[in-house]
Amino acid sequence: MATLPSNQTDLELPVTHHPVDVARALSPRRPATWVLSIITVVVAAQLVHLLLTNPNFEWDVVAQYLNSETVLQGVVMTLFLTVTAMTIGLVLGGILAVCRLSDNTLLRALASSYIWFFRGTPQLVQLIFWFNIGLLVPVLSIGIPFGPTFASIESNTLVTPLLAAIVGLGLHDAAYQAEIYRAGLISVDEGQLEAAKALGMKPMRVFFRIQLPQAMRFIVPPTFNSIIALVKGTSLVSVIGGAELLFSVKEIYSQTYQTVPLLIVASIWYLFITTVLNGVQFFIERHYGRGSSRNGSSSPVARFLDRRAAERNLNRGMES
Amino acid sequence: MTQPILRISGLRKQFSGVEVLKGIDLEVRVGETVAILGSSGSGKSTLLRCVNCLEVPSGGSIWLGDELMGYRQESGRAVRRLTESQIAVQRRKVGMVFQNFNLFPHWTVLQNIADGPRSILKLSKAEAIERSMTLLTRVGLADRAHAYPRQLSGGQQQRVAIARALALEPAVLLFDEPTSALDPENVGEVTDVMAALAASGATMLVVTHELGFARAAADRVVFMDGGVILEQGTPTEVFDHSQQARTREFMRKTLV
Repeated sequence: MATLPSNQTDLELPVTHHPVDVARALSPRRPATWVLSIITVVVAAQLVHLLLTNPNFEWDVVAQYLNSETVLQGVVMTLFLTVTAMTIGLVLGGILAVCRLSDNTLLRALASSYIWFFRGTPQLVQLIFWFNIGLLVPVLSIGIPFGPTFASIESNTLVTPLLAAIVGLGLHDAAYQAEIYRAGLISVDEGQLEAAKALGMKPMRVFFRIQLPQAMRFIVPPTFNSIIALVKGTSLVSVIGGAELLFSVKEIYSQTYQTVPLLIVASIWYLFITTVLNGVQFFIERHYGRGSSRNGSSSPVARFLDRRAAERNLNRGMES
Repeated sequence: MTQPILRISGLRKQFSGVEVLKGIDLEVRVGETVAILGSSGSGKSTLLRCVNCLEVPSGGSIWLGDELMGYRQESGRAVRRLTESQIAVQRRKVGMVFQNFNLFPHWTVLQNIADGPRSILKLSKAEAIERSMTLLTRVGLADRAHAYPRQLSGGQQQRVAIARALALEPAVLLFDEPTSALDPENVGEVTDVMAALAASGATMLVVTHELGFARAAADRVVFMDGGVILEQGTPTEVFDHSQQARTREFMRKTLV
């Protein structure tokens, strides 16, 4: 039989009589933090030194091409591809997610098959495939299935690198986006849906007013992950000759051989776009975080903005 | 006696082969408060959820006024299940209060209450807000109209949930263990609101473990066991002069 450890009886209170107050206690010593900070400073200094003194970066060339017309056209194309593919992904992904969660067996099977295929093959393969769709289906036509044809067009004429890129990126993104939506939708408590139904809300209203807004908190972060992946994923389009950012700088350095500075130009633009997206994400997350925490947000910026929002709320409350 | 408004006949419900309700017959009259007691697993919550079609019955029928809940009679004796949208319209006549409150966390208290009157009863914004504030005053929370549910205590949230259920002026109110998720000190504020409602003539079907509330506020007490109604009668009949050994055993264990 196990015995309980006996109470320690040799503990004694100190005999000192002056009171101790922990209100002004010092922080604990953290030597490891100091060592790590010093290492960080040294490495950062080395990095800055390298960036400034290594002539191979050719910062003057970077500056020369950063705003050049070819590069800017590439940036615009990258943004255009991102926005169009993202729109297809967000809309089609939403439809796929709803189908996957529906009671209808056929819709569920169709959505699952789509996701299985487009998530299961590499994006690059899909892009090249769409670009070469003419090899599989030389002529696209509209008409009655197995019956007469009304209009037809040669695939190679219709499918430009741009269209192949939009379709390829969009359809691939939709498969991922569908799973992001689904994860968010199933994370909403069943009781919320029951309460909405019990109030007599019709299915569409339950979905758009109760389930989706609450799911958004779980949908937004991975969606921005995937949008940012999409921004960079557009660089794959250079393989099929779409004139996006990477293709543009490649066009320049293939003639000038200034490979490193032009890749830096491209990187600066990619970083700029993704940084703006980070900011957008912050505000969208804050919007959908309403009512989600008793104590409000954790970062100082968020706390400041929350205080402002709370003041606005209060003013509104006093008017009504 | 007032006229019956809810008639449950031969109601049966199976969950994957297990029979949870084995033929329930129950009538509720206008203005009546019926407390449903029984140990967990006796089928009392399932019975309540069948009334507003959150569960699909396996057999029997539920009439609310002249509506067959969840179904429509066709020519002859054929009966066809309604779509979710059609059921949504029927549910507007039934209010429900849940064990876990289920307030919408992304809406303020006022939005939670005013949404139904605004979007379903098509009241103007001012009317919806006025009705919501009246209800909030009635449950004693008018000062918390602009708070989010998470900023309220459990008892306060449940009182908001009651106001929300009342906002559509339902014919029948269903309470599914409304105090079971509350801290003991918050139970009273919720049962007080419910007792006031019962006294004001609301028609209520209350699944509860609060025997004190059932005794004080219910017109009739129904005791369920193993998917059937074992016994029913006035609180005095069921609490003090029960004919069933099973009921007396339940009372003894619950009242400790």
